[in-house]
Amino acid sequence: MKEQHAIEQFLYRQAELLDAKQWQAWIDLFTPDGVYWMPPDASYETWDGQPAIFAEDKNLMTVRMLRVQHPDAWSQRPLWETNHVVSNVTIQKKSKNGDLVVTSRFHMMELRRDDVRHFAGKYTHHLKKTKKGHAIRLQRVDMTNAQAAYDYVLQVWV
Amino acid sequence: MGHSDLSRLVEPDRVRKEVYTDPAIFEQEMARIHETVWIYCGHETQVPKPGDYYTVQIGRQPMILVRGKDGKVHVLYNRCPHRGNMICGDRKGNTGEQFRCSYHAWTFHHDGKLKNIPMMESGYAGSRLNKDSPELCVKRAARVESYRGFVFASLSSSGPSLKEFLGPSIVAFDDMCDRAPEGEVEVVPNCFRVIQHSNWKIFLENQLDALHPSVTHQSTGRAAHEVEKMLAKKAKKGEVPLSYHMLSAFATVTIDKWDNFQTINYPHGHCILTGYMGLRPQDPDTKAYDKIMIKAYGQKRFEEIVGVNIHHVLLYPGLSVQSPLQQLRAVRPLGVDKTLTEIWHFRLKGAPEAIYRRSLAYYNLVNSPATMVNADDLENFWKCHTGLASDGGDWVSFARHYGRDLESASGVVESAPSMGTSEAPMRNQMKAWARYMGAR
Repeated sequence: MKEQHAIEQFLYRQAELLDAKQWQAWIDLFTPDGVYWMPPDASYETWDGQPAIFAEDKNLMTVRMLRVQHPDAWSQRPLWETNHVVSNVTIQKKSKNGDLVVTSRFHMMELRRDDVRHFAGKYTHHLKKTKKGHAIRLQRVDMTNAQAAYDYVLQVWV
Repeated sequence: MGHSDLSRLVEPDRVRKEVYTDPAIFEQEMARIHETVWIYCGHETQVPKPGDYYTVQIGRQPMILVRGKDGKVHVLYNRCPHRGNMICGDRKGNTGEQFRCSYHAWTFHHDGKLKNIPMMESGYAGSRLNKDSPELCVKRAARVESYRGFVFASLSSSGPSLKEFLGPSIVAFDDMCDRAPEGEVEVVPNCFRVIQHSNWKIFLENQLDALHPSVTHQSTGRAAHEVEKMLAKKAKKGEVPLSYHMLSAFATVTIDKWDNFQTINYPHGHCILTGYMGLRPQDPDTKAYDKIMIKAYGQKRFEEIVGVNIHHVLLYPGLSVQSPLQQLRAVRPLGVDKTLTEIWHFRLKGAPEAIYRRSLAYYNLVNSPATMVNADDLENFWKCHTGLASDGGDWVSFARHYGRDLESASGVVESAPSMGTSEAPMRNQMKAWARYMGAR
């Protein structure tokens, strides 16, 4: 129960940092070898060497953060906000390297100018236990709408 | 559209805004351009097995690309001849031995010929229809041709052959395939699809616009350059992944340097942007690849192949090919202010995995729906279209370096030396557009 609670709090914080645009704090949630991965299809088993909507290590995450923060990131200038809701948090198992595998469901509403978009799907987190709490080794994001045509694009992590 | 209307809309160095925003003009250009000329449907390796199909839009027409039992690739209208029902409701799949309409179970061979109608003899005795009536077949695209695995269809029975239509721009496919030790490419079965809220021509005009990258994409270029420098400090020489260079070039190649590129503009609106983005580094992966290529082609031919200096080939009106990175974007207009792009990439048959990963990195970073590059293009396209719909002005200007391009007797127009940012590609596209639409 205690572990369930701690993990739920961790996932809520992850989502909260995205909504609050606290990009560096969000990147800091990952282990040094951590990866954020959004496959184009639920059948994919690895991000390595295959097409991916996102497949970013911390270096690429940093590129994305610096880009979004740049004053001339034109598409980032107009108003935009997001709102994540995370639920159905389930501790699945311990993986071979001792990481905890946790699944959850998310729903994200995004506002850009006057337009609202909805993205929903499943998170699979591989969490490493550290002295300071949990850290993300892998955040897999299976979007329900991954295969649908994208009306405009995604700018930051979902 | 009459001659006088067209000459009012298109001048050599400027174009009226209605060309982009008028729904009536959009309908005409679908009929006279997209539903007439050769349009890219897909790659043969998308449909490897008999019955494999992909649906594809040609102009306003929903079509099916399908592999027949005879091994041939067919392009059919996605419409049952009975009551007009679409035959395939899915975007892709395998239809098995036949197409079967979900409404009244009419069945068809992969080439569109009628196979069976339930209780045909009793149901149609004495009617105008019998088993051999051509109107009982699924209509086929008027012409289908394939070049090195790339399948095109034309919905008009007359006009130039595919090879004549492509002309020297056929290099898009030669350059891509020749870079494979086996001389062929294979599609990677994943297509990214992104919708733009702008007229289809705005996308095409941006493809060879050498003036925009350092402006539109500077935020990503600078961000990538920062991280690239940080990694270079930590790593031994040459160990920073090439993908960072692909992005940082947007910032390090400043606006004035883009004049060193060159555009070569052909009849039919096609155009090549030269400049290779420095993709021939001397890292171990490239050296291993070079070795395999030399074995396959011999030294002389190898040098010719890797010496081809192409950044982009634009095949008007619907395809943008980046042959050295094995990617293409197909443009599907959905409405006067809405355009779908389908983005594919390819493996070079016989090349080492590392070479594929180079192409993959570009596909993911530049062309995925989470792109850090096209995001700002799409923002510009939407702003362009919305601005053009206003009464704030009547014209779009393509006057940059107008009158300074070099035109040969065969009608090929090259941007002059150190004038790579010439708006020649846009002028050339609009010249082709006006010709297709009926002006002479």
